[in-house]
Formats: sequence, C-alpha cells, structure tokens
Amino acid sequence: MSVKVSNLSKVYGTQRAVDDISFEVNKGEVLGFLGPNGAGKSTTMKILTCFIPQTTGSAIVCGFDTTSEPLEVTKKIGYLPENNPLYTDMYVREYLEFAAGLHKLGAITASRINKMIEITGLGVESKKKIGQLSKGYRQRVGLAQAMLHDPEVLILDEPTSGLDPNQIVEIRSLIKQLGKDKIVIFSSHIMQEVQAVADRVIIINKGKIVADDSTANLQNMVGNETVITVEFKEQVNRNIFSSIPSLKSVEQTKDGKWSFVSDGDKDIREDIFKFATQKGLTILQINKAEHSMEDVFKELTNK
Amino acid sequence: MFAIFRKEVRQFFGSLIGYISIIVFLLVLGLFIWIFPDTNVLDFGYASLDSLFSIAPYIFIFLIPAITMRSFADEINTGTIELLSTRPVTELQIILGKYFASLLLVLVTILPTFIYFYTVYRLASPIGNVDVGGILGSYFGLFFLGAVFVAIGIFSSSVTSNQIIAFILGVFLCFIIYMGFDYISQFGVFIGKNDYLVESLGLNSHYNSMSKGVIDSRDVIYFLSVISLFILLTRTALSSRRW
Repeated sequence: MSVKVSNLSKVYGTQRAVDDISFEVNKGEVLGFLGPNGAGKSTTMKILTCFIPQTTGSAIVCGFDTTSEPLEVTKKIGYLPENNPLYTDMYVREYLEFAAGLHKLGAITASRINKMIEITGLGVESKKKIGQLSKGYRQRVGLAQAMLHDPEVLILDEPTSGLDPNQIVEIRSLIKQLGKDKIVIFSSHIMQEVQAVADRVIIINKGKIVADDSTANLQNMVGNETVITVEFKEQVNRNIFSSIPSLKSVEQTKDGKWSFVSDGDKDIREDIFKFATQKGLTILQINKAEHSMEDVFKELTNK
Repeated sequence: MFAIFRKEVRQFFGSLIGYISIIVFLLVLGLFIWIFPDTNVLDFGYASLDSLFSIAPYIFIFLIPAITMRSFADEINTGTIELLSTRPVTELQIILGKYFASLLLVLVTILPTFIYFYTVYRLASPIGNVDVGGILGSYFGLFFLGAVFVAIGIFSSSVTSNQIIAFILGVFLCFIIYMGFDYISQFGVFIGKNDYLVESLGLNSHYNSMSKGVIDSRDVIYFLSVISLFILLTRTALSSRRW
C-alpha cells in the first residue's frame, strides 16, 4: 500500500503547473503538502484522484495506475476537494447515502454513516440541509464523505480552511489518528498546521518540489546560525560585547533588545549570562529563537 | 449508476421542478385540446387527439431543456462534478443515471394525458370509436421524441457551466432537429433530388410516421441512434473539460 508519483508533469497551455515531481508515500504516513498559492498542490491532488490526467509521468495508487485503472484507484481514495463542493439542496444523511451508493457499500451503509456522523461531530446538524450548515459543518460533511468508504488513501485539499480554532484542533487530531493505518496526504498553506500534523513535508514552489523531508529535519535545515534575543535593564554600548566568545554579530532591535547571532547551532546563552554578571548588567529577558517552518517556507519559496 | 439515478429523481420530486413540469404540460395541452377555439376537440367534431400530438412536441422543445438544463451545468458550476468524477463510476454511468432520471420525469409528464385519451374515447360516438392504434403509436412517437430531446438537453448542459446558456442551446438544438431538416429540405438544391433524404434526418418525419400507428424499425433505429449520438457527445464534452 503506497502512493508513488514519478516524474509527474502537468502543462496548461504554456504554464507548467506541476513540473517533474516524484515522491512516494507509505502506509502510516501523514504527508503535508505545503506551498504558496498556485504552486501546484491542488493540481497534483487532482491527478492523484483521477480527476484530471497528467501531461507526462505516472501516478500509482496502491498498485493501480491513475490513467489506466481509474475505477480501482477511486475505490481506494477518499477525497476532499478544494473549496469542498457539496449539493446544498440535499440533507446531510441523504448526501452521505448517495456517496455510499456510489461506492456500493450495501448493507454496511447505515452503520458507516452513523460512524462518520459521530467521528466528525455532525450530530444534530445531520438532520439539516447542507445549504443551511455553517462553513465549519460543511467541511465536516466533506470529511465525512471522504472517509465514508474507509479508504486506504485520504487526500485532503486544505481540510481545515474555514474552521474555527477549536474545530481546527479537532480535525488535526482526527487526521493524525487516521494517519496511523492509512496514507494521508493533505495540503495547506498554514505552516503551523503542517508542523502539528504531518510526519513528512513536501514543499512545492512553482510546480517543483523544493524540499521533501521529515518535519524535524526541515526545521533544522535553515539553522546555520542561532539567534539569541536579550533584554538588558541598563543602557549598553555596542562595543563592550566584543569580549563574548564565538559571537558572529550583534545588533540592537527596534524595541531596545539586543540580538546576538552565532554560527551553527551553538548556544551562547551561557556565555552572554557570564558576560553580563562580569560587567554588572541585569538581564531582564533572554530567548533563543526557534526556527519555525515559516522560516523554512520563506527561505525555500522566495528563491 | 442507480445511485445517481435515484439522486436525480429525488432532486426532481424533492423540489418543485417535477411537479411544475407536469402541471404546465397538462395545463397547456388541456387548454389547446378543450378550450382554445381553433384546436379544441369539442368544436372539431371528430374524436381524435391529433391536436395533442401536434402541440406536445412544441411544449417539449421548451419544457425538456428546462428540465435538463441543470443536470451538468449546475455540477460544473458548483464543482460537485469533481465529487462525482472521483468516485468509482464511469462517465457513461453518470450520464446514463442523469439521462434516465430526466426521461422518467418526461414519462411521468406524458402519462396523465391518458385522461384526455379516455375522455375522447368516451365522447366518441359510438363510445370507443377512436383510432386506438394511431393514438398508441403517437404516444410511442411522443415518448421517443421526448427521449431524443432529453439527450439533447443533457448534452447542452454538459458544454457549459451556465444553466441559461444550456437552456437556450437545448431549445435551439431541439428545434433544429425537430423542424429544421424539414425546412432545409425545401431548399432548391434538394427539391426533387434529395429532399426526402434530408427530411428523414429530422425528427418530424419519423414522429409523423409513428403516429400512423405503425412502429417501424427504421424509426426506432433512427431515434435510438440520435439518442446514442448525443450521449456520446456528452461524454466527449465532459472528458474534454479535464484536458
């Protein structure tokens, strides 16, 4: 059970929406697709779900090719499209029954629908028409239909868009839980989200993969220097800092704090502290800046 | 396919679309058959339903594209076509599901006119002195005509995301295939040479031939071919959206 993409390209006219990307995801992995708007995330997902054909390359889902065996592929996949299109004039349950019918669930239809309504917390809302639901609940309906047939691969295009913070937390933990025995590929342009949910991140920019690594490794990627922010009670002159060992540069930020930069991941907080006591300075605050996914993202996509 | 069929039928009868089309069809026909002076059976003096079968196609030209205009246009517009296409169903199954649902609605619209048939049957002197064979043949003809219009309507709906455009295109194509070929055959270049051939490309000649009460295999094959043609065109239109 795996999703294998090799040398996949999609060309719209003269624009290369997806440009020669390759990756492989295995069971139990949660893969986050990160990239600025128009990077090719959704296009890749549409190819994987057999909605649009690729120009060149191949995509294999659980051993089936998306172009030659779409019926087999779509059986294995649960898909939440971008913008979550739904039939607004159908009732929630009616819609889920329709989706179950398309997957020919037969006798287990009712029990699966009940389970989905429970997992996604649709509860009382399940008696309403989809058009009457708020955006967050519609998103849950979209998730419910994607998971209804218990697919081996879940492809979620921006699953948390439009949700309130509590719902986001719920959906994230749901994705994490599902990722244990499935393949989950989800896209997002929110860095924290990918950081919180995914084991592995693929960053796409202008149709190309610019990074493919575990979340932890990526965070270290940009870490070729360490920044420490310090706030002193006293007014200090820049020149006195020259005696701190292994300091690369120092600068005063706008709010009167000082930021010390050192090479590599060397932590010089101790040195700064010792230096301050020597000089009789009072440290009010000392912080080591963590490299966030945001930095990685900015660095990789702004080239 | 059955899931899509059921969803579409529910959409017709869960909303007003189904009921409105049945009522409008019966009402307009009723007016022509019983009330309007030039066409009504009572003044005419003969127990026949000819006026029903000559007017019904014109109502269908407007009514059927209105029934089918949303079938694909709406799905394309709201993006739900993506939900359908990424399920384990083929495009043909999606099209046929929608096709048969609309066809069912057309059939349900035609069926109540049997009341008119029965009335005329009772009014005849002596009772029952009507051309039953001719009327039944006409009913078959009308059903096949409706079936062709549904295929055209579904096709026009699949080429656009705008329901209004789908409707106008549907009306235009239905008109051309129903009457257009008759008029084209009147052109000087065809008269006396190919006028019969050109005329038989249109629906009208086959419809008229069925209303004589003879179900000719050539007519049936003609209707089925036109339906298949438009269903295949729909499939091409849908797949071309993905390129």
